[in-house]
Amino acid sequence: MRILRGCAPAIVAFAMVWVAGAAPVLGQAAAPDVSDVHIDGQYGTFPTFMPTDVSKNGHDVDLLLSILHVFMIVLFVGWGIFFVWCLFKFRARSGHTADYKLVKAKAPKYLEVAVALFEAFLLIGMSMPVWARVKNKLPTEADNPVHIRVVAEQFAWNFHYPGKDGVFGKVAPEFVDPVSNPMGIDPSDPKGKDDFVSGELHVPVDRPVITSITSKDVIHSFSIPVMRVKQDAIPGMRIKIWFQPVQTGTYEVACAQLCGNNHYSMRALMKIESQSDYEAWVEEMAKGPAEFDEDDL
Amino acid sequence: MSDHDQGHHHGFLRTYVFSTDHKVIGVQYAVTALVFLFFGFCLMMMMRWQLAYPGHAIPVLGDLLPKLFGKDWGETNMAGGVMSPDLYNSFGAMHGTIMIFLGVVPLIVGGFGNYVMPLQIGAPDMSFPKLNMASYWVYFTGGVVMLASFFAPGGAASSGWTSYAPLSVTATQGQTWWLVGMVLLITSSLLGSVNFIVTILHLRAKGMTMFRLPFFVWAQFVTSFLLLLAFPPLEAAGVLQLMDRVAGTSFFMPQGLVVSGVVQDYAGGGSPLLWQHLFWFLAHPEVYVLILPAFGIITEIIANNTRKPLWGYRTMVYSVIFLGFTSFLVWAHHMFMTGMGTSISAFFATTTMIISIPSVILLTCLLITLYRGSIRFNTAMLFALSFLPMFAIGGLTGLPLGLPASDIALHDTYYVIGHFHYVVAPGTIFAAFAGVYFWFPKVTGRRMSEKLGKLHWFFSFIAINVVFMPMFFQGLAGVSRRLYDQTLYSWGDAMQGWTITSSWGAWALGAAQIFFIVNFFSSIKLGKRVTENPWDATTLEWSAPSPPPHGNFASVPTVHREPYEYSVPGMSTDFFPQNVSEA
Repeated sequence: MRILRGCAPAIVAFAMVWVAGAAPVLGQAAAPDVSDVHIDGQYGTFPTFMPTDVSKNGHDVDLLLSILHVFMIVLFVGWGIFFVWCLFKFRARSGHTADYKLVKAKAPKYLEVAVALFEAFLLIGMSMPVWARVKNKLPTEADNPVHIRVVAEQFAWNFHYPGKDGVFGKVAPEFVDPVSNPMGIDPSDPKGKDDFVSGELHVPVDRPVITSITSKDVIHSFSIPVMRVKQDAIPGMRIKIWFQPVQTGTYEVACAQLCGNNHYSMRALMKIESQSDYEAWVEEMAKGPAEFDEDDL
Repeated sequence: MSDHDQGHHHGFLRTYVFSTDHKVIGVQYAVTALVFLFFGFCLMMMMRWQLAYPGHAIPVLGDLLPKLFGKDWGETNMAGGVMSPDLYNSFGAMHGTIMIFLGVVPLIVGGFGNYVMPLQIGAPDMSFPKLNMASYWVYFTGGVVMLASFFAPGGAASSGWTSYAPLSVTATQGQTWWLVGMVLLITSSLLGSVNFIVTILHLRAKGMTMFRLPFFVWAQFVTSFLLLLAFPPLEAAGVLQLMDRVAGTSFFMPQGLVVSGVVQDYAGGGSPLLWQHLFWFLAHPEVYVLILPAFGIITEIIANNTRKPLWGYRTMVYSVIFLGFTSFLVWAHHMFMTGMGTSISAFFATTTMIISIPSVILLTCLLITLYRGSIRFNTAMLFALSFLPMFAIGGLTGLPLGLPASDIALHDTYYVIGHFHYVVAPGTIFAAFAGVYFWFPKVTGRRMSEKLGKLHWFFSFIAINVVFMPMFFQGLAGVSRRLYDQTLYSWGDAMQGWTITSSWGAWALGAAQIFFIVNFFSSIKLGKRVTENPWDATTLEWSAPSPPPHGNFASVPTVHREPYEYSVPGMSTDFFPQNVSEA
């Protein structure tokens, strides 16, 4: 029973790994030394492991992922059954010889074409429309979007809001002061007077959010898993993407691109609030000039 | 070529160190690469401690390394035995660099390619033996530079093996060493690839037509073109980045950078994305440099151990050529998150879907070769067979990454790490192990122990799946890669159990290699002696003595038939070597 011995490791390995997900084998290590803020949502839940989705577009990404994984598992299992059957059926033993003649098989060709067609469907029918909508087709002003500039730096996120007038003031590197003016807002520009910068991302629920993303120093990546949003923040470029939260709560923003030694701690909170709470927060923040306690930065 | 005849009259230095014999160079490459593979793996085993138990002192090594490298080194990099974030990042960058450029490529191309390819085509040596020697020594120097960079002020390169600018340009001095090392390694590959192409075209024995070449030679042939065409852009890019670092240019530096509140005085006008394009223009073909020779190795072993001709030899050859060609058209699928529009991302997603087709054809041909075979399960075959499902997992998980919309969730997560490691670790490295067990008798004249070999395979196969399977789950959960401590995030904290599982898998995998190391060294002296053809194989290398002398063949072989004529009806043996005439 050489064959059984052969596939045993695969089964054992897979079972071990799968079971280990339900109950961590060796217990948790150090407790997270994150702030004591409660984070909403569910994470790493069996069996899909995907985090909670609180966005309008996330469903499309998740659907594509689900279809893909079912497709992959079906292919792999079907393929694997034939593979293991071959190993068993055609194992070397006395009285058995190999067949010199090559089989004439049409099945692989058809299968190949079917797989290619399905891939084409996934690409043209699902991926491209989703990408076009999520990444390219920004909401118009008629949709009443919120505009936020996201400026990444080692190792923090700055969220620059236009204030109550909805218009950003001019910015230039020479006005940058790490404490009083991290964004480099031109003090002589009246439109910049009510601009403010926050280290927390506040967004109203059920309104589209357009973020214009850049970086001051190296490449970062603006990632909000619960929003199915990810976009590199590249110095010298401003890239706009959008998303629409559909549920209030406190969630996390991460940096997904290696940006230096404290990359792992480049985390910000995202608060999705009701329209009235959001307006109150903007009011509060816009009151003062662009000046903050050092703790906020 | 005149020095072939007097080769054995040279002294020790010319015979074993500065040798021009392709077999000695092949062994030098393979042994150096195996040492680097183990070293690169050790870096990762240390990182896995920090990942599993963040902030806890590394057992034994946390004490030992600071003692070894001095108090200053210890305080900056391992205060209290805990790996610092800087050390973690530099280990990460160097793990990738070492595994790819100093381990896998030199092993499967420099090692197996150099040793086996000339024998398989019936050549006495490579076309340019001195160039071959130069290639090895430039590689060796590159390796020394990379190792030395660990002791540069600020440590080794720490911007990932991808070295994205501006992070890499503003990084500590180790990055300069990395660039110099890379320039040397690329130069070495270029010297080697020219030599391979010329040798395969010019030194084939009489009767060895292109379609009688063993598939391994085809794989090496296409790989050499990839190296020749893809490496120069990275070499150029490496020099440009070196200039940005040391000569004040700004090829990759945009205007108005503000690092830690200080406006940088780069002239500006450069583009960080230019680096990514140049880098991935190399690095995607590089993936096929890693995988094609592996396919070559397992094809030899599967044909030999199913005792029947390969199913679809010509289809496989066309597929491998097509793969080589299309591998130059997919690079920007690594860059979907850099602000790419719908049409460009659609182009690269389409080419990416297209490139999956020849890979599936290769797998299918090998799978159908098993059908109606008579399969022998020796250690080499077990490793070669495990390659198939492992590569299938690696290939399939490329789909959600290659489709831009699903990539939004998975980009830069552990899913990517799981994906490419399935291709390269239980894929290519298993193929390399298969090759070691298969050709060891040819190189040494002795077999490796089958018992130790099977134990090595069994435990490696389990452990490697325990290491990499959890990474898919972590990726789906949203855990970013390259995090020093993922528990800061709620999704990372929720998945920490899997990280611990994966780490224990890695250490088990390390332990399983003891079987290999013991087997490898003991078999050199104590293995069972073999004649020239222990596996009853058909290709030319098995008609030379084991080990082959300088110049390889006693008389130049003539080739009469296709490479895999096994179980030909009406013959007394079940193998019909290429060099045996009809009579």
